[in-house]
Amino acid sequence: MLNTDLERQGSAVTGPELRTETMTVNMGPQHPSTHGVLRLVLELSGETVVSADTTIGFLHTGIEKTAEQKKWQQVIPLVERMDYLGAQSSSLAFCLSVEKMLGVEMPARVRDIRVLIAELQRIMSHLVWLGTHGLEIGAVSVMMYCFREREQLLNINEMLAGFRMFPSYLRIGGLREDLPSGFHQAVKTFLDKFPEKLNEYEDLLTKNQIWLKRTRGVGVVSKEDTMSYGLVGPMARAAGIAYDVRKVFPYLGYETYDFEVPVGSAADVYDRYLVRMEEMRQSTKIAHQALARITPKGVYDIQDYRIVPPPKDKVYSEMEGLIQHFLIYSQGFTVPPGEAYVPVEGPRGEHGFMIVSDGTNRPYRIKLRAPSFYACQALPKMIIGGLIADVIAVIGSTDVVMGDVDR
Amino acid sequence: MQATAIIDALTRALPGDAARFEASESRDGMPTIFVAREHLVAASRTLRDDPSLRFAFLADITAVDYHPRDPRFELIYTLVCIGVSGFGDTPKRLRMKVRIPGNDAVAPTVSEIWAAANWAEREIFDLFGLQFSGHPDLRRILMPDDWEGFPLRKDYPVQIKDPVKTYEPLQLSEEQFVANVQAARSRAKQE
Repeated sequence: MLNTDLERQGSAVTGPELRTETMTVNMGPQHPSTHGVLRLVLELSGETVVSADTTIGFLHTGIEKTAEQKKWQQVIPLVERMDYLGAQSSSLAFCLSVEKMLGVEMPARVRDIRVLIAELQRIMSHLVWLGTHGLEIGAVSVMMYCFREREQLLNINEMLAGFRMFPSYLRIGGLREDLPSGFHQAVKTFLDKFPEKLNEYEDLLTKNQIWLKRTRGVGVVSKEDTMSYGLVGPMARAAGIAYDVRKVFPYLGYETYDFEVPVGSAADVYDRYLVRMEEMRQSTKIAHQALARITPKGVYDIQDYRIVPPPKDKVYSEMEGLIQHFLIYSQGFTVPPGEAYVPVEGPRGEHGFMIVSDGTNRPYRIKLRAPSFYACQALPKMIIGGLIADVIAVIGSTDVVMGDVDR
Repeated sequence: MQATAIIDALTRALPGDAARFEASESRDGMPTIFVAREHLVAASRTLRDDPSLRFAFLADITAVDYHPRDPRFELIYTLVCIGVSGFGDTPKRLRMKVRIPGNDAVAPTVSEIWAAANWAEREIFDLFGLQFSGHPDLRRILMPDDWEGFPLRKDYPVQIKDPVKTYEPLQLSEEQFVANVQAARSRAKQE
């Protein structure tokens, strides 16, 4: 009954009682704003979320078990399909861990190409995040702009390996093949244009009153909770914790690149937005530096033909090349027993593979440290006490990818 | 910080038997220690709170099944001291391992120390069948609630050849499993 009706009737008249019990709402698994298949059971008191229960596992594909049946090199296409928006970040983490176990050192050119690919992957992932996040909060046009730029990056992937989302271009021991001709020009064209595109997005959002009202002070987590829940990457940096694996535990020679780690302070949806926007600028900066170091043609793997396949002309002209080729494709290579964990800074934070080998040509166990998994776990912490409309904003700001959560 | 230095700091904070903590070799050079199961919670709390250690970030927990070896399982905790503002001085990493026997697959929970451990332990329970005593909500997380068996155990069948049953979980006897594997091998030989 409307309040005005109650007032008109006066306090002496008792109308039907106000219903004050809580309401349970099921959100997902098929809900466009849950980024895949995440199910939330929300208990609502009016518009306020009283409790939330997260259910995951709808996208569980058992990749970790499947990988135990594959040879080391065959695992790469599998791990790229875990976090499908940051595919090459997964394969990079996997390669680095296995290479650590093998004890091989990459040539400088391979490291620089990997840095370039990792940064382009970060931009690609952040563009999808920005597009969908904007779409959910009501800034529909941003999505169109973001996907326009992402398309160009996917074209670069296609140029590299003939595959747009999961190129499997990074391999244990280097890269699949040398850079294609015209690669430098394509990347340079993109990098030169991208900063002004970023300004375009910021013009649409950063000072937009609707955007500010939907994102400021929403989904706040304290510093202690951020650390305790294992929220890293942009989530931690928006809370003022300047932890970036590239700076704190450098890999691939990141210490030789000039870039800054953007840090927020409010730990809300808006600061996460600002941090990721600045990260895209910094990634562009790193990519420029990496591109300048890479020669168009040159060495692209470790040239140890016990690990990487020999070039085709050797296979067809030399007995030894043929034998090596045959061994690589029939048995693969063995990895010394032991374990390794080499994390990288993925688009969603610390991303790394815990790898256990028993000395054979197949992994004994691989385990991805999935940043989305931990972000998903902290969701109730961020949405309880807030409004139901903010649930969407918070899920968007955590940038969870369900393939990464469920693996 | 080397594994021995971390063990020294641990024994300073928790006086007692020296055999509780044991340094170990690791292929990737990350400091690695074994902790006895009974001392896991106390050691974890010290690792998180001791000012010289300050491993506030639990990156991941995972288990490895070494079937048929005994002790069968190993729990691996990847700990990080991030070394920035309020979370320690120098960045460092630590791998903490706990041996768990197969016939008594129970470990104490650390979810009160690191909130991140809650789901990580649920995942290990789900996929390996390890119990965590004191865990607030130990349910399956990735597999359906009515699933039978623990998929990441090494004795869990992988090459299933069985007619699909719609409403009941797919389970193979050991004989069926061996027959499947042998059939697959002989097919491979013929090819």
